[in-house]
Amino acid sequence: MRIPILKLHNYLLISIQTEIDDQTAIKFQEDLLAKIHKTGATGVVIDLTSVDIIDSFIAKVLGDVVSMSDLMGARVVLTGIQPAVAMTLIDLGIHLQNVPTALDLEQGLVKLHQELGG
Amino acid sequence: MNPRSCVNIHKEWDIVGARQLGREMAKEIGFGTVDQARIATAVSELARNIYLYAENGQICFEYIYTNSQKGILMTAVDTGPGIKDISSVMQDGYTTSGGLGAGLPGVKRLMDDFDIESTVGEGTKIKAIKWIR
Repeated sequence: MRIPILKLHNYLLISIQTEIDDQTAIKFQEDLLAKIHKTGATGVVIDLTSVDIIDSFIAKVLGDVVSMSDLMGARVVLTGIQPAVAMTLIDLGIHLQNVPTALDLEQGLVKLHQELGG
Repeated sequence: MNPRSCVNIHKEWDIVGARQLGREMAKEIGFGTVDQARIATAVSELARNIYLYAENGQICFEYIYTNSQKGILMTAVDTGPGIKDISSVMQDGYTTSGGLGAGLPGVKRLMDDFDIESTVGEGTKIKAIKWIR
């Protein structure tokens, strides 16, 4: 299974709609970095509205992809984390403190726009 | 009647299968969405531990009832190498796999009751219960 990555001007948009297994998550990490490299995208929004579980492995992959993209010069914002997922992550002891987040896709794009100055 | 449903864990995709079954059973007995997510996440952590460290094992779910409460009991059993020092694996941040080390202490926090038994060379058995509030 592959998670589609859409390009919109200087941004990449990803909406995760499927149940993520470990391999899909790793593949997505590689695909996203390759796509950033290829397109020169400066901002990325990963929308998690449809994701109803994030366990410690998926959280690590997501946190890592934010740091990796950052190293390459692209800013990543995670959006749409469900209330139940947020509560579960904190119970697990995962705070994703250095990861930029926004309420939804729209707010995520606004955040990128502000931080990257258009 | 108290049906018991099990998932065998030996390939990576079984982790997804186990958490889907856990969530379905949690929903069926009446857990809300937040507790469904907690249960599914706990299952995912236990299933991944089996997959990573023991290669083969099983997670079973059953409903449990007392006079005043009902809940779900999950039992994760494997015949892997066992855990030498249980107190260290129950510490936050302890990992031998390069993960976040959130697994077992995380599961303990997500569930209401948690019990682990392990014998080196024989395997590990974890029981965890979540009660409906």
